[in-house]
Amino acid sequence: MEGYLLALGVLDSALRLAVPLTCACLAGLYSERAGVVDIGLEGKMLAAAFASATTALATGSAMAGLAAGLAAALMLALVHGFACISQRGNQIVSGVAINMLAAGLTALLGHVWYNQGGRTPALEGGARFAEIALPLAETLRAVPLLGPFYAEVVSGHPLPVYLALVAVPATWFLLYRTRWGLRIRAVGENPAAVDTAGIAVGRLRYSAVLACGLLCGLGGSYMAVSQAAGFLPNMTAGKGFIALAALIFAKWRPLAALGACLLFGLLDAGAIRLQGVILPGIGSVPVQAIQALPYILTVILLAGFVGRAIPPRASGIPYVKER
Amino acid sequence: MSPATSLPRWADVVLLPALNVALAFLAAGLVVLAIGENPLEATALLLRGALGHAEGLGFTLYYATNFVFTGLAVAVAFHAGLFNIGGEGQAMLGGIGAAAAALALGHLPGAVALPAAILAAALCGAGWAAVPGWLQARRGSHVVITTIMFNFIASALLVYLLVDVLRPEGMMEPSSRGFASGARLPFIHEAVAPLGLALPKTPLNLAFPLALLAALLVWLLIYRSRLGYAIRIVGANPEAARYAGISPAKITVLAMAISGALAGMMAVNEILGVQHRLLLAFTAGYGFVGIAVALMGRGHPAGIVLAALLFGVLYQGGTELAFDKPNISRDMIVVIQGLVVLFAGALEFMLRPALARVLQRRRRG
Repeated sequence: MEGYLLALGVLDSALRLAVPLTCACLAGLYSERAGVVDIGLEGKMLAAAFASATTALATGSAMAGLAAGLAAALMLALVHGFACISQRGNQIVSGVAINMLAAGLTALLGHVWYNQGGRTPALEGGARFAEIALPLAETLRAVPLLGPFYAEVVSGHPLPVYLALVAVPATWFLLYRTRWGLRIRAVGENPAAVDTAGIAVGRLRYSAVLACGLLCGLGGSYMAVSQAAGFLPNMTAGKGFIALAALIFAKWRPLAALGACLLFGLLDAGAIRLQGVILPGIGSVPVQAIQALPYILTVILLAGFVGRAIPPRASGIPYVKER
Repeated sequence: MSPATSLPRWADVVLLPALNVALAFLAAGLVVLAIGENPLEATALLLRGALGHAEGLGFTLYYATNFVFTGLAVAVAFHAGLFNIGGEGQAMLGGIGAAAAALALGHLPGAVALPAAILAAALCGAGWAAVPGWLQARRGSHVVITTIMFNFIASALLVYLLVDVLRPEGMMEPSSRGFASGARLPFIHEAVAPLGLALPKTPLNLAFPLALLAALLVWLLIYRSRLGYAIRIVGANPEAARYAGISPAKITVLAMAISGALAGMMAVNEILGVQHRLLLAFTAGYGFVGIAVALMGRGHPAGIVLAALLFGVLYQGGTELAFDKPNISRDMIVVIQGLVVLFAGALEFMLRPALARVLQRRRRG
């Protein structure tokens, strides 16, 4: 029972670590499924984290923070859309630019506004999302196995966690069960066919890029006003890139994306606990090896040694209407 | 191309890129204005800090050395149609290689130890880039994603080596022991002292002339050699290259290896030239600056040297500016980088139609 509770604790922290990854991963999924490669997920999350923390600090409201975070990420998404869709610029270059802009601007403004080396003062009370106890969590705790699982892992998370978890089936539904989703998938595979059918390729891609911005905003805001109590320079620390790895791992499918993000979250949660632990037969595993594991696994998968990850056919290619 | 967007060559090669960079700096000026400082005053302070005195100039050229290497690295891959975002990781591996050679051979005379350590830096960087190159060429995995992944793997490897392997007993900071004198690249102020020239002490070292030599060699490679021609053909049209009997797969791996070798050489400046030991975070994002430098220099070695100098000015001047104007921290440099990449890279053709209209009207009128 003790071991079970310990495992639940790891699972709980894995879920929390997986939330920003899941948001960014789904964000990338919309964009890439529509044919726009986005390596600027990291930058959008960072901008959202900063905007949400500063707004939550100023207004004392976590919801206002979230709104500002969403707005900041949407702004950068529009920049990416303008460069990639309207101007047919290089999508990778645009993503790099957005990452740099976000890293520089957040640190610069944080430094000017708060004078604490780029970080915001700590958020307190209503400026952070409170943990929500789901109904009956305490009553059901006595139920063997499932009770503690429900009380420890499922219940007791702040709002953005549940929003992110709802976004997974919602994304699946939108992509596979709506007309918009069908068109999004089509425009990422064969934009010319979509164009021939009389549907505006650019407008569709913009809608996907904006959906990407919204989800990045959710992930970044969660990090600053829920997971942590404020903004730190470069606090996303490569999460946007791990999300790209998870996206490949999930082969651009929403439900698998959640799985991949949970796996990477579990690795992350495990790495913290495995530090200095000597495993039987292996010896002490360097914590860096576990941290590098998501990247190594992604490379192996991309290389096609285990399964094959094939991106949407038209992703990365700007659409030119007539030749 | 429709006539409305055709530009004379000089406008395409010089005017349009210059306008894009000007736009980036204009936007940067607006950012400075937004945080309540005077952009003109800031620019003057920045230029004075970077170029106004011999010491500042030394620092400027030292920074530029890093950017020449990483800029050339990005450019070589770009000519082959590849986007190498892995300069950061390749430089880390270059540092590991250089440090391994320097620690093993440092007791030997410099004439032996230094070339070996430089070669080790280049080879390790090349190897770290060749793997993503091979994966792209043979397994179809996109080089952008794999080089990003390799950056993180390199960073984990560097932390592991420094914390668990190379750190001398009893030292808190994760770094290797210092190199013996044979593996230290002489500083410029030391090198010119016997000639009777007294220069202030700066981190500028012999890696700077090495970087200029590398730029010359890259120019010869890309524009004057058979391999460079093959690289450009593959970059322009892999199908055509195949018909011409060039193997795009082979060229992809080679171009990535050369690119990685150049990125790895950045460690020659930082590790062999300045720090004289391996330490964490010595790459400091310089690998990413290379992207901005290569875009600004339009992939041409001469342009890259100029762009590297400009970024050297920004880094050194930005540091001094941060002393005088605490509001404009060094993060401003990252903002400028981002703006340059945005306007000179992603939005490079934004002004083209307007410029074409203006020039056409002038020709008619």
